[in-house]
Amino acid sequence: MRMPPMIATLGRHRLTCWLLVLQVAATCAVVCNAAFLVVQRVQRVNEPSGLQEAGLSVMALSLAKLHDDQLAQYLADIDALRRISGVRAAALVDDVPYLGAESSGTTCGNLDAVHRMLAARADVPGCAEPVLYSGGPQVVRALGLALVAGRDFRDDEYVQGKAGYQMGNAPAVIISESLARRLYPGRSAVGQMIYFGNGLSKGQGKQVVGVVKHLGRGILRKPVDYDQAVLVPSEPADASVLFAVHSSARDQSRVLAAAEALLDKRHPDRLQDPDFGRPYARIRHAYFQRDTTMIGLLIASALGLLFVTALGIGGLASFWVQQRRRTIGIRRAIGATRGDVLRYFQAENFLIVTAGVVLGVLLAVGLNLVLMRHYELPRLPLWYLPVGALVLWGLGQLAVLSPALRAARVPPVVATRSV
Amino acid sequence: MFGYYFDLAWRSLKRTPILTGLMVLAIGLGIGASMTMLTVLHVMDADPLPGRSAHLFRPYLDPVPLRGNWGLGPDPSINLTWPDAMALLHARKGRYQAAMAGTSLVVTPAQDGVRPFTADGRTTTRDFFAMFGLQFIEGAAWSAAQDDDAAAVVVVARSFAQRLFGTAQVVGQVVSMGGHEFRVIGVVEDWAPRPMFYVDASAKRYAGADAFFMPLSTGVSLNLGTNGNQSGWADYNNLRSPTVTWLQFWVELDTPAAVADYRRFLHDYAASQKAAGRFQRPASTARLYGLMGWLGVQHIVPGDVSMQAGLALVFFGVCLLNVVALLLAKYLRRSGEVSVRRALGARRRNIFVQFSIESALIGLLGGAVGLAVAELGLWSVRQRPDDYAHLARMDLPMLATALVASVIASVVAGVLPAWRAASMTPAMQLKSQ
Repeated sequence: MRMPPMIATLGRHRLTCWLLVLQVAATCAVVCNAAFLVVQRVQRVNEPSGLQEAGLSVMALSLAKLHDDQLAQYLADIDALRRISGVRAAALVDDVPYLGAESSGTTCGNLDAVHRMLAARADVPGCAEPVLYSGGPQVVRALGLALVAGRDFRDDEYVQGKAGYQMGNAPAVIISESLARRLYPGRSAVGQMIYFGNGLSKGQGKQVVGVVKHLGRGILRKPVDYDQAVLVPSEPADASVLFAVHSSARDQSRVLAAAEALLDKRHPDRLQDPDFGRPYARIRHAYFQRDTTMIGLLIASALGLLFVTALGIGGLASFWVQQRRRTIGIRRAIGATRGDVLRYFQAENFLIVTAGVVLGVLLAVGLNLVLMRHYELPRLPLWYLPVGALVLWGLGQLAVLSPALRAARVPPVVATRSV
Repeated sequence: MFGYYFDLAWRSLKRTPILTGLMVLAIGLGIGASMTMLTVLHVMDADPLPGRSAHLFRPYLDPVPLRGNWGLGPDPSINLTWPDAMALLHARKGRYQAAMAGTSLVVTPAQDGVRPFTADGRTTTRDFFAMFGLQFIEGAAWSAAQDDDAAAVVVVARSFAQRLFGTAQVVGQVVSMGGHEFRVIGVVEDWAPRPMFYVDASAKRYAGADAFFMPLSTGVSLNLGTNGNQSGWADYNNLRSPTVTWLQFWVELDTPAAVADYRRFLHDYAASQKAAGRFQRPASTARLYGLMGWLGVQHIVPGDVSMQAGLALVFFGVCLLNVVALLLAKYLRRSGEVSVRRALGARRRNIFVQFSIESALIGLLGGAVGLAVAELGLWSVRQRPDDYAHLARMDLPMLATALVASVIASVVAGVLPAWRAASMTPAMQLKSQ
């Protein structure tokens, strides 16, 4: 097939061609960026919590005021919760991942880093800003954390916390693997000292006794800080605490109802709270709701754009086929086969889409730069561009197929008729 | 003439139902998606106090040291410190001025068997009510003396009074909040400007409202705390400290001269604090924001929403390109008809008008489809859990905008094709037939 005559033909419809090229280019740019955004959001939504989420229920108890023996009351609550049939483990915690709030603290892996951090008052290597969780006995089992090194807390390591989110002077901590890698690069974290909170200014460390595969934050902000967590064996004693209750997924709704009734009875002065007892899955779903909405919207608009563009390509191609019936007939009459006609329209479409894709790739990179400026997005990986181009080529061929087949069916005898 | 063109357009559209359907669908989808997102933006960007907002101003001071590590927290200079707020308050440079902060308190109902609950309210100073135009049903604001003496008094909103006592006539009653007793001295109509412009950045601006109001001094002396951001760089937990920011401040200035005066006053205040060694930053960092300007710098529209709006507009743009191409093909194909009309005496202008009316008709149909799509889109927005979602409804101006935008867009899209069709030479076309 020879290109020059084809280009000359397209030149007769210069304006229409340019419109199509522009449309393909805009679609290519938006679809590449939308796909990139979707992948990013999907990664965020799938960010691990580290918890064994199936079967985990979380009760949020808020009291009007603290009682003198508050912690003892909570511990008695935990005892009662463990006696509900089907409960495998129950523990007092101050927070769980993706609840939308967190307490974090600057944390360093060695004294040198502490001194550098205090002098610079800025980020220094060897320090991080992990989320700090405190939890009572059975916390690792109740949350279903997966230890990858070291051990669980011993019973004598748990200390009593105080109101005002004070963690007490616990001797040991468990940290997430991602934090371990950041604080102790190239070394085993177990047995190392870790400094945070009051320990920073006093130079007093705690010992890392265990490392868990994952432990998510309460809020996701910067990807470098995702999955960075410290778990302190301290029993929270504030007016608001959480009870993590683990059961089998089958027992969950029954256990949740029983736990709600139990805490309700034991705390008549509990505050009204629509989120009193929830399966953990619901906490997670609520936190990522915006992202899932955005994923849906992005996919819908990308598909919508592709659909509209396909309609445009198909619609114009049908017009051209109708317009050129006579010329097609003449070509058939002087020896062109059906395949020749079919391929002609396919090649024509390929030419237009290619021009659009070339422009679209440039637009996609430009759009990505704009998005990076306004929304703190990373750079678009270049491999998205050829994939986007392939999608549009495929779409163009698909859209032109039916009109092209119709063109191929034009009988040579048309040449002899007047239009 | 118009009726005739309209008739011609209708016949022409009916002749090519699939192509017409495609164009109407493209415009409808584009208009529907854009209108959905523009309505959401329109709701979020709305003027919270029409008529009053032009006179309300938010002073900004930056007492934050030059060196500091703020980690993940918000910018501490967004709020004011107690000494700065008190200095602005006592200078009385505006018609009204008030310092304020949000607070969440546990309310214990007097009846037995009713669980205590948490209510959000505001600790503020007495000008708050007059400046923002709250309507008293009963009673009045506290006095200046009560502001100074940290009196245990409270002004409640009607719905809060109803919830606690079952009636709005509650002046003189006592409410137990945050472990303290407060005497009700006034009841106001429920007041919830959207967005809630005067709250701290951590508050939900499109949901909820203040259930009660009490003197700021009372909140500080009883240490009720704030539910907003409280940032400090020394002496963190002392609310009266000059190194802890947590207060919002608004002032009413009625004339341009008063605004200019206040700007000068604010600059001089910052300069004096710098001279005294308290501020490390230059006095030029002190600013006076108008209400809408303040909302602008606060970026109250979430990134997701503006991104969705951008996406919707690009989508509309591509739909329009599509319509231009389809119209071009459609109009140019009617060269025969155009030539005959031209030969019979129609002028280029007539042809152009005829095709433009056809484009407008497509736009009108597309606008109708678009309205349906937008209603569907807004319905789905309202199902989201975001705080602004429940506000996403189309009002009459937006409805009219949708139809007009659709017609204008399709006429604009049709200009080029109509012009091309009108400028064909009739002789050539007739000959080739």
